[in-house]
Amino acid sequence: MADPQNAEAKPKPAAAPPAAPKAPASMAATPWEDELTRRLAEQYPDQITEFSTYLGQSFLVAKPAAVVSIVEFLKLEADFDYLADLTAVDYPKRSERFDLVYILYSFARNERIRIKTRIADGEKIESVVGVHLTANWLEREVYDMFGIEFANHPDLKRILMPDGWEGHPLRKDYGILQMDNRWVKENLGIESGQ
Amino acid sequence: MAQTFLDSTELVLNMGPQHPSTHGVLRVILKLDGEKVTGTECVVGYLHRGVEKIAENRTYAQFAPYVDRMDYVASVSNGLGYCLAVEKLLNVEAPPRAQVVRVILTELNRIASHLIWLGTHALDLGAITPLFYVMREREDILNIYEKYCGARLTTHAFRIGGLQYDLYDGFEEEVKRFCDIIGPRVDEYEELLTGNRIWIARLTNVGVLNAEDCKAYGVTGPLLRAAGVKWDLRKAQPYSGYQHYDFEIPTRANGDSYDRYIVRVQEMRQAVRIVRQALDRIEPGPIMAKVAKVIKPPVGEAYVSIEAPKGELGYFVVSDGSTQPYRVRVRPPSFINLQAVDRMARGSLIADVCAIIGTIDIVLGEVDR
Repeated sequence: MADPQNAEAKPKPAAAPPAAPKAPASMAATPWEDELTRRLAEQYPDQITEFSTYLGQSFLVAKPAAVVSIVEFLKLEADFDYLADLTAVDYPKRSERFDLVYILYSFARNERIRIKTRIADGEKIESVVGVHLTANWLEREVYDMFGIEFANHPDLKRILMPDGWEGHPLRKDYGILQMDNRWVKENLGIESGQ
Repeated sequence: MAQTFLDSTELVLNMGPQHPSTHGVLRVILKLDGEKVTGTECVVGYLHRGVEKIAENRTYAQFAPYVDRMDYVASVSNGLGYCLAVEKLLNVEAPPRAQVVRVILTELNRIASHLIWLGTHALDLGAITPLFYVMREREDILNIYEKYCGARLTTHAFRIGGLQYDLYDGFEEEVKRFCDIIGPRVDEYEELLTGNRIWIARLTNVGVLNAEDCKAYGVTGPLLRAAGVKWDLRKAQPYSGYQHYDFEIPTRANGDSYDRYIVRVQEMRQAVRIVRQALDRIEPGPIMAKVAKVIKPPVGEAYVSIEAPKGELGYFVVSDGSTQPYRVRVRPPSFINLQAVDRMARGSLIADVCAIIGTIDIVLGEVDR
């Protein structure tokens, strides 16, 4: 790989008409409405922007500042006591580059919902470790793979990649053959792992 | 009095990554006070191969064999989860015959995975004999896989939309024969272990995790059921026709390592029960649903999870409408269950750490992906 760092340096495409998304189609989701969405809409009138269902799976889109509060509300008031997964999706062309996805499950209701939020590159989001302990490693993995930082995380550091590694592999601008040549040379004593 | 080195009570000990009882390359840093563990930190990632990155650079069908390399002792379950996730995005369902075969192979895989767990867990604690017995029985399962699809370990047994291969002649008889022998064989393991005083002493009240802790840490599978929560995705959110089978979810109350042993042994017996019913349900018919040669799911996303031998195995797949997945996220039960090791090991003796790592049933290929 010629220049692994070029990704950051690339000038952004001047945020060309953001109103016209390039993607030809979007997810054919239908509105989601039930007793839970009504309660949530009442509790967070300005914070939740969308309630949708796709393929029978419900999700809501919230503003990043409200996520911890919504997760906590769902845990305490609606029995969503199990955070099954927390992950991210990278959309480099979007101004708010990352989708963070929280997958919640309720044992009492036997229901699964997803909370999605969008954050920009370099923006910090509050950690949910205070609500769900399992988020500790999950947030570390998201930080490791995408470089998204979580505020007030008890121990935010890399988990799968080596500590001194540069770059975040699951970003779309990180090539599949790319690696941190400096780290490889210093630690393995070879020019390249390829 | 001046402080000497004798006053120091804390010792940091490194365990692994090359250590026989870490089941692969897991490094655990132990903080000790004498023989007592006062804290642990797991260092993982030695087997990281970037499976999720690879997924974004392969087509949907090309990626299917890669998932087998995560939890390689339960590769059939991994494949089932991935196929179900892509099928969900495509909005297709495997035909009934394919679903029944999937259930048979997945349940045999559950037995194989639990057998390996039993053998290695017992070996960690000094009981060498069970390992040879469980390998003998597992061989029968692997032989069935080999005859079915040519591979024994990383099977790639299923295809998106159904199966590639139909059953071979004599499949039913072989599986039936296996079902007949595995019951008495499990009795034999139980004779060796269940009432064994050393086994009981090494496991009872070791690595306790109650139901509340399990939920907080996202721990699923036999660990959750041993803590008294009757929750199994095959019952809670049935897939592949599990709602048609009559089986029980074994649970225990204490949430210690001994209870997990009992739960897994019972699960093997239940798996045999499911396989027997599935054998009766095999009917002639197609084995593939109508799926285009080039798989291109519409733009969208789906999270599908199954009850793998180790817990909830989930796939979150995002499609951008092209031939390659935009993002595949694997929710690995081993990784998430391993996080609870600190909670389980704190306050226990250093000799119990081997038991605690063993009782979680981790596969490092899945932890690190």
